[in-house]
Amino acid sequence: MNWLLAVLQTMLFVALAPLLAGWLKCCKCRLQNRKAPSIFQPYRDLLKLTNKQPVVAKQASWIFLIAPYIIFSATVLAATVVPLIAVDLPTSASADVIVMVGFFAFARFFLALAGLDIGTAFGGMGSSREMTISSLAEPAMLMAIFTLTMAASTTNLSFAIGHVLNEGFVLRPSFVFALAALILVAIAETGRIPVDNPATHLELTMIHEAMILEYSGRHLALIEWASQVKLMLYGVLIANIFFPWGIAETLGAQALGYGLLAIMGKLALLAIFLAIVETLFAKMRLFRVQEYLSFAYLLGLLGMLSHIILEASR
Amino acid sequence: MIAAYLALLIPFVGILYFALAGHKTDTGKQNVWFNSVSLLATIWLAINVLNQGTIVSSGKAFLIDPFNVYLIVLTAFVGLTTSIFSSPYMAHEKEIGKLNDTRLKLYYSMYQGFMLAMYLVLTTNNMGIMWVAMEGATLATVLLVSLYRTPESIEAAWKYFILCGVGIAQALFGTILLYYAAVQIGDGENALLWSVLYENAEQLNPEVLEIAFVFLLIGYGTKIGLVPLHSWLPDAHSEGPTPMSAVLSGLLLNDALYAVVRNKMLVDGATHSHLAGYLMMGFGMLSFLVAAVLLHRQKDIKRLFSYSSIEHMGIMTFAFGIGGPLATFAALLHMTVHSLTKSAIFVTVGHAAQVAGTQSIDKIRGLIRTQPKIGWGLLIGTISIAGFPPFGVFTSEFLVLLATMHSYPWLTPLLLLGIGIAFAGLFRHIQPMVYGEKPEGQLPVKANLWPVMIHLALVLWMGLAIPGFLANWFSQATILISGSSPL
Amino acid sequence: MNIAELDFYTQAILSLAALVGLTSFLMLGQGRLLRLIFVFAMQGFLLTLTTVLAAYSLNNHHLYISAVLTLVLKVIFIPWMLRRQVLHMNMHRDIEALNNKTTVMLGGASLMVFSYYVLQPIVQSSPVVMLNALAVSLSVVLLGMLLMISHRQAVAHVVGFMSIENGLFFAAIVATNGMPMVVELGVAFDVLVAAVLFGIFFLHIRTSIDSLDVDLLNKLNEVDK
Repeated sequence: MNWLLAVLQTMLFVALAPLLAGWLKCCKCRLQNRKAPSIFQPYRDLLKLTNKQPVVAKQASWIFLIAPYIIFSATVLAATVVPLIAVDLPTSASADVIVMVGFFAFARFFLALAGLDIGTAFGGMGSSREMTISSLAEPAMLMAIFTLTMAASTTNLSFAIGHVLNEGFVLRPSFVFALAALILVAIAETGRIPVDNPATHLELTMIHEAMILEYSGRHLALIEWASQVKLMLYGVLIANIFFPWGIAETLGAQALGYGLLAIMGKLALLAIFLAIVETLFAKMRLFRVQEYLSFAYLLGLLGMLSHIILEASR
Repeated sequence: MIAAYLALLIPFVGILYFALAGHKTDTGKQNVWFNSVSLLATIWLAINVLNQGTIVSSGKAFLIDPFNVYLIVLTAFVGLTTSIFSSPYMAHEKEIGKLNDTRLKLYYSMYQGFMLAMYLVLTTNNMGIMWVAMEGATLATVLLVSLYRTPESIEAAWKYFILCGVGIAQALFGTILLYYAAVQIGDGENALLWSVLYENAEQLNPEVLEIAFVFLLIGYGTKIGLVPLHSWLPDAHSEGPTPMSAVLSGLLLNDALYAVVRNKMLVDGATHSHLAGYLMMGFGMLSFLVAAVLLHRQKDIKRLFSYSSIEHMGIMTFAFGIGGPLATFAALLHMTVHSLTKSAIFVTVGHAAQVAGTQSIDKIRGLIRTQPKIGWGLLIGTISIAGFPPFGVFTSEFLVLLATMHSYPWLTPLLLLGIGIAFAGLFRHIQPMVYGEKPEGQLPVKANLWPVMIHLALVLWMGLAIPGFLANWFSQATILISGSSPL
Repeated sequence: MNIAELDFYTQAILSLAALVGLTSFLMLGQGRLLRLIFVFAMQGFLLTLTTVLAAYSLNNHHLYISAVLTLVLKVIFIPWMLRRQVLHMNMHRDIEALNNKTTVMLGGASLMVFSYYVLQPIVQSSPVVMLNALAVSLSVVLLGMLLMISHRQAVAHVVGFMSIENGLFFAAIVATNGMPMVVELGVAFDVLVAAVLFGIFFLHIRTSIDSLDVDLLNKLNEVDK
């Protein structure tokens, strides 16, 4: 029964990701005083791309061809680890937070290889930029996650969230820092403004888009979908770790229903927040991203220090 | 008690009076009057204390015991003699155009402000107010150090402000920890009163007090001029006007040491380990040796004597650190004679600089030929401060040596070495200044050397034969600090 | 002691303590003077909040007076005065190029660990939970000193000095529920006079060396050359 629920949750994850992307675009357009497309437009885009034939360069190797599938699978696997509507997941027992970060790294690795594969200048540039950013972002993310796991004494995400849920409303200084650090890292890893502009058409300013410039057809559909799932993943992490109220602890239909409504509400609010951030800030120059990420790392470190100094049991 | 209130009230009135009245021709003399009345009040206070024992004011806000009353009288005395010197000196500075009326107004009102802060440090029973007054003394003198507004003096004043400010903030943290230890044993409102803390010292948490003492030593030690926290001292003492140097060297350093010793008394009562003593001995010895060596390389006469101040404060800190009755008696005697001698030296140095037109050692020559009084004053002052018999500094250094040989014999060679190096350094510079070839066109200046002669005579008297009542006074203070009498 | 078992006020005070520590770090990384002054004002504001919360939860009325003092002095008067000076001397366009920002920040984190280590014996031996924040207050003091070391502008030195005083005030609140009123008033008076004197000093330094870069004040040496 639990396994069925886990599969269902993952499918829900994958199915809802384009909806979140559509809602985010709607918010951004409204803030910029433009008329927004329908929030189901990303589904139509994915369908359109899947029906087209992929055009592959003659020099492409097998890496280029299988990379989209690997990226999509790895991201979906990461999604199985994160509790979406219910806490009691069997997958969490077999794969904890560190494995989730490992899945992200795996997907990123193949994306970078695919960018390098064809041999265009922009692809290589995108790959090197992406790897620089991720080498700074990963420690920051791990620091933030470790603060949570130290508070809950486990790296199993389900248990950790359950622990936080059962303690009631506790104002922890370490969580304040970890939340700030995770938000900064999420913006960097999902490639949003102020780190990377997802809607840019200027190749020299691209990071994520530069790596996928050569993709088309169903390959591009898979990669786009994977990045939407990644955005939703980070959103769910932030929402369910730091504001877990509403998540289902039992497996009854009512609890699950409430859980679904709760997470959709939280994600909608997060998307509005992200849209405001994207509208207010300008994209940073690349050499400033390292300061931004060191600051995120510092926040994570402060969170751990606060935990040890201010909160830990004697 | 009324005498104590008077002693505080007079400088306060002085600040307001000088600020409002501005600078006129006889402002210097009025300053002298204010200081003389303060001296009378403090002598009256001293007589009260010596007859009745320790006086505590009704709200327990002020505490006068034999230890601080002698410092209070010393402060008033040196303040008076320096103001006698400063009156014609500042008038001369105004004549040659280095200062104007506004700055002199600031000078006189802040002089009284400084005296008020000094008295407050010495008379208060509340450790927090002691801190406030120490910081107040820094603030009062900071603008005076940069009185000449040259780039060097502004730099010296900035360094003084920042270093002493940051240093004393550490002392505030130490005071907070002390307060924390005190509230643990009960009394909230009276927890910062020294008398209450001293009575209940046994019950204070020793770990907290040890950490607090480290912060307090670093904080107040910056104001004493302990190496390595001393770098503001040579600059501030040499760039300010000479009366400022005399007063800072002679009085402010003593008061900072007083604050440290008060805290040491509390810590010793609580911990029964010698941590406080060892720390003070370590820093004292370090300051003493480093300053003695650095004396040799100085090129400015006032910086030379500032390093000599650091060296002597090092000896005093070392002696208070040893802690036994003999060492404490020696340290108290040394505080007195050092104050008197150093302020006399700075007075002479000020006139010497006026004669030669510069403070640079290389350019001052032949003082004994140009103006014999200044030459002799400088020579005798240096002999005194270097520790020659029969002056008082020799007596106190000898007693410190005795105490060291008694308790820590392996430190005695270091002490002797330091004294020897300092002696050599001072004389190497003084000899050409006093006896060298007189340069062209050097004329004597109008100088009132009475303060110098009185101070040096007092130091000589204390070296030859300490008067009975003074020895008694010191031994009462020694009993208070170290628990037993040396005599 | 687990944080989940404490009452809400203590949790809030501990969180505010952590945020005050964060503002110290933010000040370390600021190159622009106006933003530095703003973050300093924020730190003062967080301190005022902490004092008010402590006053409310401990029912200690003279802490309300301390809170008002802090608000008026550290949040309103001193930032206003500094800001006015910076704008008057046209320094708000200068950016201080801090070349080793990351090193300084990591140095700051190690200072935080060091202050925790120094105060361990005191914190261990006390049942009062708020004392944990004493380590944060000592680290604010040390970070203020680090700020003074790493910046060259005199205004940054003054902000560092005032932030040291902030840390000390916070230590007094956390460890002892505020010092006696007369001492608090004395300290506030000293801080006020110091701020005014700093203002006067800026004018003097500026007139003398035509900039407020303290590295240029180097005419006096340990051994004169």
